[in-house]
Amino acid sequence: MERLSRSPLSANRSPLDEATMLPNLSHDEIHRYSRHLLIPEVGLEGQQKLKAASVLVVGTGGLGSPVALYLAAAGIGRIGLVDYDVVDFSNLQRQVIHGESKLGVLKVESARERMLDINPDIQVDVYNEIFTSENAMRIAEPYDLIIDGTDNFPTRYLVNDLCVLTGKPNVYGSIFRFDGQASVFYAEEGPCYRCLFPEPPPPGLVPSCAEGGVLGILPGTIGTIQATEAIKQILGIGDSLIGKLLLYNALDMSFDFVKLRVNPNCKVCSEHPEVTELIDYEEFCGMPASDHESGSAGAEWDITASDLKERLDAGDHIRLIDVREPHELAISKLDGAELIPLGQLASRMHELDSAEEIVLLCKMGSRSVRALEVLASAGFRKIKNLEGGINAWAREVDPSLPIY
Amino acid sequence: MPTLRIPTPLRPYADGQTEISVEGQNVAEALADLTTRYPELKKHLFSDAGKLRAFVNLFLGEEDVRHLQGVDTPLKEDDKLRIIPSIAGG
Repeated sequence: MERLSRSPLSANRSPLDEATMLPNLSHDEIHRYSRHLLIPEVGLEGQQKLKAASVLVVGTGGLGSPVALYLAAAGIGRIGLVDYDVVDFSNLQRQVIHGESKLGVLKVESARERMLDINPDIQVDVYNEIFTSENAMRIAEPYDLIIDGTDNFPTRYLVNDLCVLTGKPNVYGSIFRFDGQASVFYAEEGPCYRCLFPEPPPPGLVPSCAEGGVLGILPGTIGTIQATEAIKQILGIGDSLIGKLLLYNALDMSFDFVKLRVNPNCKVCSEHPEVTELIDYEEFCGMPASDHESGSAGAEWDITASDLKERLDAGDHIRLIDVREPHELAISKLDGAELIPLGQLASRMHELDSAEEIVLLCKMGSRSVRALEVLASAGFRKIKNLEGGINAWAREVDPSLPIY
Repeated sequence: MPTLRIPTPLRPYADGQTEISVEGQNVAEALADLTTRYPELKKHLFSDAGKLRAFVNLFLGEEDVRHLQGVDTPLKEDDKLRIIPSIAGG
């Protein structure tokens, strides 16, 4: 870990207010936070609490961007950022903390620079690491509260179990297409993530945002709700989302709430837990802890874009089945490919002949692996997965196609 | 008839519909009606043994049916059931 603070006024070094044992605010800080100080529910002491607080933001992507920006602006004294990725062109549609000048730069570094530009009085710690069972305890140790802005199921279960085991609140947010969820899972006062979701969905049922897409503004809505809940938690004001799940839909503009209850049989937060230390979450979920899916079904079932091109050029009879959604054909398509969206494959299997050679393809090779499993379990054997999908074809064979 | 809200990840298996009117005196009957009309949904909601899968969260209004009477929870004419999906995007 590396620490950086440009100001001598960092949280750790301010003299303490003797009455409250909270760090004092400088005149500059009083000026900066005057709109907070004017709110009776915050006031001077509330702002001092924010300055004394420490928050770990896991993930500096769609959700982590607004969370980190607003927490920095609000004057949270110490903010940790965990991410292992670099800024990619396709991030900029929603990850508003990063900009085009930061393409290829570590996300934690890009985010830290922007946060310290907003507010040089805070301390930003960066952890350019994959958040795992091995390092999670060490990384989370100094922080009061954890914000889950990750993009995959294994890391979400890891963050939950970590928070339960260490008694920290987990400010949860999750997004997909037009749907968002938010809650505060705090086992000391209410249910945890596992009380609601005891098990992850089977691999492939819930597409990642990389495969299924997400409205760029959606993480802004949900991330700012997470930041709001974090600040309320630190200040000890208002009604929190503990024991409630917010279900937001951007299309309907609906905000619905459902009640969450402690599951007395919860495997991690009940009185007789099965999980008493961090486990292997990739194994538990049966999927990798990232949304960068491999697009491979294993060597035996894969065909590379170049090999497929060679076979097609040689005149081999191969049926190309595109399992994407119809609207994706407008972005890119392969000549001669027939469309059977993954969701219809089981009911349209009669259109295929297991005696024929079939190559399945999608955007990047995740849905086609699911399609391959569907066909293989129905007895098809002469089937292959186009490794890396039509994006790999665009990279290796036909650069006239765009990559999305 | 009670209605059931289908979450985005399951819509491809229900002709893309958001909300479906279902027939049944209780949750089990409503789900049976749903999966008869949309058989593709069945394997996503139920295990091979016919039990509701653990990741399927069914709520009646604001309440998790697990905290009511499970699949035996009775349904009224204008009840709103919803499946709350696990989503992981960030």
